[in-house]
Amino acid sequence: MMRFLLLFSRQGRLRLQKWFTAMSERERKKIIREMTTMVLARPARTCNFLQWKDLKIVYKRYASLYFCLGVDDGENELLALEVIHRYVELLDKYFGNVCELDIIFNFEKAYFILDEFLMGGEIQETSKQIVNRAIESSDMLQEDDHSEWYEVELFG
Amino acid sequence: MGSSEMCRDLAGEVEKLLKTSNSYLRKKAALCAVHVIRKVPELMEMFLPATKNLLSEKNHGVLHTSVVLLTEMCERSPDMLAHFRKLVPQLVRILKNLIMSGYSPEHDVSGISDPFLQVRILRLLRILGKNDDDSSEAMNDILAQVATNTETSKNVGNAILYETVLTIMDIKSESGLRVLAINILGRFLLNNDKNIRYVALTSLLKTVQTDHNAVQRHRSTIVDCLKDLDVSIKRRAMELSFALVNGNNIRGMMKELLYFLDSCDPEFKADCASGVFLAAEKYAPSKRWHIDTIMRVLTTAGSYVRDDSVPNLIQLITNSVEMHAYTVQRLYKALLDDISQQPLVQVASWCIGEYGDLLVSGQCEEEEPIQVTEDEVLDVLEGLLVSNLSTPVTRGYSLTAIMKLSTRFSSVNRIKKVVSIYGSSIDVELQQRAVEYNALFKKYDHMRPALLERMPIMEKTASNGPTEIVQTNGIPSMTAYNKNGLKIDFTFERANPNPNIAVITIHATNSTEAEMTDFVFQAAVPKTFQLQLLSPSSNVVPALNQGTVTQVIRVLNPQKQQLRMRIKLTYTHKGSAVQDLAEVNNFPPQSWQ
Repeated sequence: MMRFLLLFSRQGRLRLQKWFTAMSERERKKIIREMTTMVLARPARTCNFLQWKDLKIVYKRYASLYFCLGVDDGENELLALEVIHRYVELLDKYFGNVCELDIIFNFEKAYFILDEFLMGGEIQETSKQIVNRAIESSDMLQEDDHSEWYEVELFG
Repeated sequence: MGSSEMCRDLAGEVEKLLKTSNSYLRKKAALCAVHVIRKVPELMEMFLPATKNLLSEKNHGVLHTSVVLLTEMCERSPDMLAHFRKLVPQLVRILKNLIMSGYSPEHDVSGISDPFLQVRILRLLRILGKNDDDSSEAMNDILAQVATNTETSKNVGNAILYETVLTIMDIKSESGLRVLAINILGRFLLNNDKNIRYVALTSLLKTVQTDHNAVQRHRSTIVDCLKDLDVSIKRRAMELSFALVNGNNIRGMMKELLYFLDSCDPEFKADCASGVFLAAEKYAPSKRWHIDTIMRVLTTAGSYVRDDSVPNLIQLITNSVEMHAYTVQRLYKALLDDISQQPLVQVASWCIGEYGDLLVSGQCEEEEPIQVTEDEVLDVLEGLLVSNLSTPVTRGYSLTAIMKLSTRFSSVNRIKKVVSIYGSSIDVELQQRAVEYNALFKKYDHMRPALLERMPIMEKTASNGPTEIVQTNGIPSMTAYNKNGLKIDFTFERANPNPNIAVITIHATNSTEAEMTDFVFQAAVPKTFQLQLLSPSSNVVPALNQGTVTQVIRVLNPQKQQLRMRIKLTYTHKGSAVQDLAEVNNFPPQSWQ
């Protein structure tokens, strides 16, 4: 299973963090610190896998963002790269040509998309369309909510 | 994210939701069930009825999560595993449909249909087929199909191939399929993509024990990977290279590995040096080659060599009697060049102390003897004592070496002077030694030659075994048999790179007043193991625990099963023949895990 997913910029600023197991705040901070130092220190054309304690770390750089996935030792690393790529595709489809700013300003949407794609450290849905549809319908629910609220305001 | 109490409370609800008609909810329920099982494994039974129809799902999302659920259940419980074996044909069918079906836009990734689901099914097949002939046979075809038909131009295809290879290697596949798998890995090794090379090296490392010959075919590619720029690849290539060393390729491989040792990063040097020592010890074609190799390691990576290698090397040198002159000469020359690498200096000073007489006598068969005077040798050793580069341990070695030379050299007065100077040294250890040696000169001069004579050949005991990359010692010994005064103890070693071989040494002692003659120890192991019995130290077990008969047993345990053994003992005691059979079941888990 996957243990965590971290997104951070080239300067080491954390943009997204998703933890699939319960961990104390201190442990999380420690992992974030170590991941950012380890991954950012890697030279350009080395392979995307690292061994860290008893986990495999799979990372990929997309433009200015590093996607770092920590998986169990028994997991397929090449498939983990595909998981990262699929998540990027989902973000891209939703935001349209996604960039780091999109994730910074709409991080809650990024988390929603992640929650529709992965759950409990495993892949939840393998079809891109279904994930997109789920996000769109939850977006529409949000829109509807807002309009009702506005009507109530008008009529006191 | 629920705690175990929450899981217990809500498990029933989750189970109900698994059967709901809404596929969106079903897939989430399945993953919830996975989490519940991870937190509270006892609740697994609760989900069993709901799993009946899981694989007949059409919806890929639900199908995927269902496979995850089944995998989790099979991994945790052997009963579940046996129960779900009957699903193998269904899984094979689903996988087949995925491969054969045409383009499906919903699940397509670069031309491959739902690779995530394919990989998960392959993983479940791996778990179900392991150790089971029938299931393995049922999957042979589909595995061959996936292995040959998957498109390898993109990472996706390679991910599926990788999982397929892992599955083939783990189940009881036929040999043709295994060769196919290793060849796929060989192809991966030549791929330009670093990730794929890394993954290939990792998998080959796992399979090198079982399919050694097939992996040997790719040895040259693996050795080339030692020169790769990527650190992770270099490390894997190094581990794999050590696993592949055998009597035939030792010279060639060692050349490459020593070259690697020269040029690699410091973080590798310690492991590489230990690996070289181990390999050299096992497969050295000649004593001279062995000594040369050790010298090479000491001079290039001398400061990274592990501390316990020094006593091992000393023991090795002592035991190669005919090479003493050559060894001490080479070590002396190395000392003249460089005294900063402590392990090298320690071994060298010890050797000069032992064999200094050979050094100055100018006898050397293997190479051109150098002309060296006693004073020059003493200069070098005294230099070590005063140098800032020497650690206290090294200073101790050189002081002792100087002392030993007092019986081998004629310039005893000079040595006496040096020793008395250090009698007031600040370093307590050094001071103590010097004072004791002084006393040796003054009061016990008649004992000096006897005390300082040549060391005898040392027997290697289990506790002095060399450490290596794989963790070895710490396995407790056990008493296997204790009856009628005959006691047999087993001690364990894992001192070789194959973790599936347990090296057991039996120690037989006899507490009765009569000795046991014609002592024969025989052993039998269950079918999944292989046994090799080496010759015993003797056939007579002396009376009253005055001696021990030892014998080495090597057990190959590729399936890492619980070690069991039947032993048969025959001996003659007080004129009558005695025979006994016993079962040994109390092996400590560390000896076979």
